Amino acid sequence: MSFDYLVLGAGGTGLNIWDILATLFFFTLLMLLLKKVAWGPLMGIMTQREELVASEIVAAETSRKESQRLLEEQRDLLKEARTEAIAIVENAKKQGDVTRDEIITIARNEAIHLKESAIRDIDTEKERAIAAVRQEVVSLSVLAASKVLGKEVSEEDNRALIEQTIAKVGEAN
Amino acid sequence: MEHKNPEFEFLGMYGNWSNILMLAVTTLIVFLIAYIATRNLKLKPTGMQNFMEWIMDFVKGIINSNFDWKTGGRFHILGITVIMFVAVANVLGLPFSISYDGVLWWKSPTADPTVTLTLAVMIIALTHYYGIKMKGMKEYGKDFFKPMPFLFPLKIIEEFANTLTLGLRLYGNIYAGEVLLGLIAGLATSSIFGFVGAIIPAMAWQGFSLFIGGIQAFIFCMLTMVYMSHKVSTNH
Repeated sequence: MSFDYLVLGAGGTGLNIWDILATLFFFTLLMLLLKKVAWGPLMGIMTQREELVASEIVAAETSRKESQRLLEEQRDLLKEARTEAIAIVENAKKQGDVTRDEIITIARNEAIHLKESAIRDIDTEKERAIAAVRQEVVSLSVLAASKVLGKEVSEEDNRALIEQTIAKVGEAN
Repeated sequence: MEHKNPEFEFLGMYGNWSNILMLAVTTLIVFLIAYIATRNLKLKPTGMQNFMEWIMDFVKGIINSNFDWKTGGRFHILGITVIMFVAVANVLGLPFSISYDGVLWWKSPTADPTVTLTLAVMIIALTHYYGIKMKGMKEYGKDFFKPMPFLFPLKIIEEFANTLTLGLRLYGNIYAGEVLLGLIAGLATSSIFGFVGAIIPAMAWQGFSLFIGGIQAFIFCMLTMVYMSHKVSTNH
């Protein structure tokens, strides 16, 4: 087995000019084809991608800031609402307290008033009853006395005497 | 097992049909990969588009490690072509080789020194071209006397050494891989025992050659950018 054919200068009769030309031709052809078919479009799409990534980064940054701003806004709103709610509850409580106090005062006054009027009524009734009883007692006493004396005793004459007696009786009571 | 090259003579110049065929196949495969990968491009990449974008980013990384993107960006497409072309060319000879009538047709085009040295000379020529174009003839000429004027002869030698090493490194790696694969294949076809014995080395060496092919493509692209930056940048 001989590999002499692969040794430099051994294979050819002389310098293989056509091989050299073919190498140059095919290499140049390939370079032009690659540039037209692969390199141009690929570079285009890679540049496009770079731009896309860059713009996406900018967009992401913008939307991040936007959402941050919205979050702050919402937080402020929430805080405000909470403060407002607390104020409303406080107000309502205060209002309730005032109303309650008012109602209690009114009721108390009413009660005192009722009580006083009741006491007054009782006193009046009592006095009236006492007066009636006293009248009755005087009449009965006069009747009794006239029965005992057997004669007519003028009511007017003895009135002072009888009332005196009754007063004594009332005191003894 | 004696292989001959399908040589021809045309207009007084010699050529090798096998090399031309394999260069065409390489070009076609790389083009198809790139073409299929860049159909239906999406902002959110899927499948093959990811692969192409990975290659582009990879070459971009190589360029960025040598110069800033403002000056290096114009060499992006050159780097992509170099790395894909060399990588595909390196692995083409791995799965099989086809010889017909004692003539070897299918092999890695980079296992031929003519092809690799052509690529290397082309790259070095490009570095000189861009060196003159971007810095001006005067600055470009001055670079040969930096950092010390007496290093001028070494600078001249360096240019030729760069060209030779760039081309022969690639050729040597791929050629050695194919030679060993050829030996293992010869062992496999010798007898049934040879076939059994050759399975594991063949698989191991093919995997290793795949790795080498990728590494050599990366090195070729990296050195292209290194030489380019030496000529183009002002602070070297």
